[in-house]
Amino acid sequence: MVFETRGGEVQALDDVTVEIDDAHFVCIVGASGCGKSTLLNIMAGLIRPTAGTIEVGGRPVEGPGADRGMVFQSYTLFPWLKVRENVEFGPALKGASKEERRRTADRLLEEMGLVEFARAYPRELSGGMKQRVAIARALANDPQVLLMDEPFGALDALTRAGAQRFLTEIWEQHRRTIAFVTHDIDEAIYLGDTVYVMSRRPGRIREVVQVDISRPRSLDDIGTPRFAELKHHILSLIFEDLDAPAEPASAA
Amino acid sequence: MSTAERRNAESPAPGDRPGAGDWRRPGFLARYLTPKEPIPRKVAAALAVSSFVVVIGIWSILSYGGLVRPYFLPGPWKVATTLYTMFADEGFAHDVWASFFRIGVGFLLSAAIGIPLGIAIGSFRAVQAFFEPIIAAVRYMPASAFIPLLIIWFGIADTEKIAVIYIGVFFPLTLMVADVSANIPKELLNIAYTLGASRWQVFRRVLVPASWPGVLDNLRIGLGWAWTYLIVAELVAASTGIGHVILTASRFFQTEKIIAGIVTIGALGLLTDAFFRWLYRVLFPYAERLGR
Repeated sequence: MVFETRGGEVQALDDVTVEIDDAHFVCIVGASGCGKSTLLNIMAGLIRPTAGTIEVGGRPVEGPGADRGMVFQSYTLFPWLKVRENVEFGPALKGASKEERRRTADRLLEEMGLVEFARAYPRELSGGMKQRVAIARALANDPQVLLMDEPFGALDALTRAGAQRFLTEIWEQHRRTIAFVTHDIDEAIYLGDTVYVMSRRPGRIREVVQVDISRPRSLDDIGTPRFAELKHHILSLIFEDLDAPAEPASAA
Repeated sequence: MSTAERRNAESPAPGDRPGAGDWRRPGFLARYLTPKEPIPRKVAAALAVSSFVVVIGIWSILSYGGLVRPYFLPGPWKVATTLYTMFADEGFAHDVWASFFRIGVGFLLSAAIGIPLGIAIGSFRAVQAFFEPIIAAVRYMPASAFIPLLIIWFGIADTEKIAVIYIGVFFPLTLMVADVSANIPKELLNIAYTLGASRWQVFRRVLVPASWPGVLDNLRIGLGWAWTYLIVAELVAASTGIGHVILTASRFFQTEKIIAGIVTIGALGLLTDAFFRWLYRVLFPYAERLGR
């Protein structure tokens, strides 16, 4: 992936291969500027890669689509729509009937614990609730893959911990394929089956770490020696990369 | 030195600062003059009323105190009774209506073309590349400079007034609406794409509704311009309208009538402004910022 900037071309990603098995939870971590968000946006079809392909279920991706739901860090709820209408947005685009949309939204809002806020506007919700609505909105389309770009990055530490636990519960129920970008290593280990560690400039996959902590996971797993070991390993990979002299930008 | 400041000087505690952070009984200044801090509703209302009282007070002192001759500045009471006679006996309501009608048509015409064009300019680079330079150029030509030309083209009836308002409002309004829709966050569009929206659906279901609050804000501002240009046009040449009444009064040295006309314009402006605020609250209950 090569970006053109005023100063010439910047290679954001180089020779990145990510393979996600069906119903797996993959986390992508790396220092800021490693291109992890770029990678996710390419998967979503929002950025066209200069080289390479993305495939979902064997079919090449040729732009954004409802088969890959996305959740961003910033609150991207439509402010003029009520919570329920936000969740119904995707199904409404597909021309789902009113009852069908209602059923889907009711079920998801129930799961997200947001039933009493169905008629609220996004501005009335807290940050954590907004992200839960955003997840519900993505799930309402019944996507094959859920792409999450630091979805809890803007939340405070406590809300964030709650949101992570909540997401594992949702994942246990829906068993969706998830690609989750974060710079929080604890979050990556706690949530992911596999952690892709990226290096910077150009972004490459440094190592693929399997998280061999059994599911369902709980808060107790965070204190275990295995968890600490994995965290130490991933951190040392990232620090090695940060300490290494910067590679001259190779124009492609 | 205010009480708040003095207290702080006496007991400098760590992290102590006047204003919002000062939780002990605040002094007068700290209570009403802390940046961005709210003041009680009643106090705000009282201040709003007293601003009018002050202006009318100074006016009274100048006129009734004999500091300025009534010929130049008649007293408030004289203006009020004049305004009453104008409405009661001289058919002023007819002139107000004439002005109102011209504003209405000129403004609606500007909005009807300016809003869709503005949203299109803000949304589509191709539309922007074509329209923006020419509109930006015309925007700097003062609408009042067109009046002589428009009189030649349309005479001095309603059409000319409406054209002046149109030229004065349409161009800046279009660019401001374009700004509104250009500033809709890209993430909002991207999320719609990932939910399966087509380009047209992104435009219609995201860009347009996201633009409405900002559009209405600019309509409110645009209406102010419309009043200005209308009165200018009526002052140059007209046979009816508030501006015409003011100009005629000036020829006969009827100062109180001129002031009554100006006050009427102010009152109408205030009314339409209130209408737009009300519309904003009714149409956009979801907006983060309500009223202003």
